[in-house]
Amino acid sequence: MALLEIQDVTRRFGDFTAVDKVSLSIRAGEFFTLLGPSGCGKTTLLRMIAGFDVPDGGAILLDGEDLAQRPPEGRPVRTVFQSYALFPHMTVQGNIAFPLKMARTPAADIPAKVEEALADVRLTGFGKRFPHELSGGQRQRVAIARALVTHPTVLLLDEPLAALDAKLREEMQIELINLQKEVGITFIYVTHDQTEALALSHRIAVMNKGRVEQIDEPDRLYGLPRTRFVAEFIGTCNLLTGPVTGSADGVVTVDVPDLGPVRVSAQGAQATRPEGAVAVRPEKVRLHAPGSAPARDNHFTGAVTGFLYQGDVTVYMVRSERGHTLEALLANSGSGLAKFFEVGDAVELSWPADAGHFIDG
Amino acid sequence: MHKRAPAWLGKWLVSGPPLLYLVVFFAVPSLIMVLASFRTPGEFGGLAPLVDESGAVDLTLDSYTRLLSEPLYAEIFVKSFWYALVTTVVCLVLAYPLATLIAKSERRHRDLLLLLVILPFWSNFLIRVYAWMIILGPNAALARAVNGVLALFGHEPVPLLFSAFAVLVCLVYVHLPFMVLPLYANLEKHDQSLLDAAQDLGASAWQRFWRITFPLSLPGVYAGSALVFIPAFGIFAIPDILGGPDDSLIGNVIKQQFLETRDWPFGSVLSLVLTVLALALAGLAAWIGQRGVGRLASGDA
Ligand SMILES: Nc1ncnc2c1ncn2[C@@H]1O[C@H](COP(=O)(O)OP(=O)(O)OP(=O)(O)O)[C@@H](O)[C@H]1O
Ligand SMILES: [Mg+2]
Repeated sequence: MALLEIQDVTRRFGDFTAVDKVSLSIRAGEFFTLLGPSGCGKTTLLRMIAGFDVPDGGAILLDGEDLAQRPPEGRPVRTVFQSYALFPHMTVQGNIAFPLKMARTPAADIPAKVEEALADVRLTGFGKRFPHELSGGQRQRVAIARALVTHPTVLLLDEPLAALDAKLREEMQIELINLQKEVGITFIYVTHDQTEALALSHRIAVMNKGRVEQIDEPDRLYGLPRTRFVAEFIGTCNLLTGPVTGSADGVVTVDVPDLGPVRVSAQGAQATRPEGAVAVRPEKVRLHAPGSAPARDNHFTGAVTGFLYQGDVTVYMVRSERGHTLEALLANSGSGLAKFFEVGDAVELSWPADAGHFIDG
Repeated sequence: MHKRAPAWLGKWLVSGPPLLYLVVFFAVPSLIMVLASFRTPGEFGGLAPLVDESGAVDLTLDSYTRLLSEPLYAEIFVKSFWYALVTTVVCLVLAYPLATLIAKSERRHRDLLLLLVILPFWSNFLIRVYAWMIILGPNAALARAVNGVLALFGHEPVPLLFSAFAVLVCLVYVHLPFMVLPLYANLEKHDQSLLDAAQDLGASAWQRFWRITFPLSLPGVYAGSALVFIPAFGIFAIPDILGGPDDSLIGNVIKQQFLETRDWPFGSVLSLVLTVLALALAGLAAWIGQRGVGRLASGDA
């Protein structure tokens, strides 16, 4: 059975629905991420799990027990706040000892537990410092140590790395993965950064406007987005929409107005509606000099309208003959060649049917 | 090329006027008092000439010996200390919930509530003290109610006015805003996320107050306590107007030395001791406070 069951949870502010019938079931030991754009209700959902906010409908069950009657201080759930919320008048030790004291841990056991928690976040020796004597990353780690020291059942993290610079964020991501493996505590992680979500999580729930759009493992979310929103939100995507004109032998054809018919493997998906979409990642689109493209399921001609050189790869914007702009991503060779095409070059685009992904509706 | 004015010039332009003011109106008078405390009182008040007829310089420790040899003055210092301390503690106990209430109320109500706190300043200090004569007077409703209740228990009626009670009530009333304002200024800045974090980490409402709110409010507590204790320690008008014969405080004695007994040197000695004591107490309180915060902080408390 799942550790944390969120059943049809709804939260309204006036006539605005911030969280709309969200159901999730999160397993013990899982690194679970809530991913979505700003304002989609992630923090609201997290606050309801912590007990700071009360659902207008639905239930939150932990280990089968309905949490509705439990105040925040009575839940075996800890939060790492985005602002860290370290107590400024206490040393690092005092901060980490705080939840132990609240749990009436015998005073003799506290120093050892504090030391252990400090070691877990690689801050041994920093116990006597005050929060204002630490860097952003160190404060973040103290906040995590403080939340983990009592071994909660669930740890909630609300955009914990948002305030750190890119380099430090990457380091902390790796540390978080290792830490979660080490302590085995269920993490529920909130972020609006899809790369972060893909890198960290066992499973991700993509949220949009208070609803959950898709819950899946990172690779499935990236490879098999079920809705247009997910396809566009996770990474970049060429989303080709139009009427479905055929469906045979496991291949669906979508007639994209300013491009042409696009063929895509259905991969189990059914075309149940007149409209459909094909999602093709830029790295799956091949670019060729005119006349040299191999025969593929999808083949179009166009011209390069622009490119973004990104070091290891270059993203090309290509306008098809009938006016649809597609993105194609080419890995740059190690020999220093950074550009294969110039703006204005005529090119051919192609990709096999199974490189794309069909979205019904 | 344009030359920038040196940094020290800016500093002096900004800090110069207040510094000058303090030197002229605090340091110089204090120095005059120090000098006066070693002089002999004049025949008709004031000070005797520094150089007498025989040409000898007339400096003496008489006033200091007098302070040490007559226990009455030490007793009055102690009594004044207690009055000021009780005033400070009562003000703190009353002001803390009030300041919390204002700090937590909606922003648009706060200005009004703060205005109400400082409203008494709009009328004259002495008028407000005299008003208590009416409130506490023997024919006022309050005294009648109190004595009515006492009569039920077969107790003799007690006068409320001209008593230690009247002095303390008025001391608290006059000084309360000086406690509320610094406490409010402190509590208003508190970060709600710290309380959320404490609650998340298992702290009950009382623990959140005692471990987070209160220690973080200590700067406000000290500021308010100093603003109440120091003036209350040296006050003379309130005991003069509302106190009985036994309620003379050190402020009254100092006033007496200057205006009635006309012993300026002794008045200066008392006044200097009062200043030094007040400073020493403030320093002691800050020191104890620092250690207290340290203890709460390291988690030993
Ligand atoms: N107390 C409140 N009163 C009214 N509206 C609120 C309240 N709290 C949140 N909302 C609204 O609910 C929606 C969801 O807010 P929430 O903070 O959960 O978003 P989020 O997904 O965490 O966004 P972000 O990534 O920006 O933190 C927002 O539109 C917000 O304006
Ligand atoms: Mg948020």
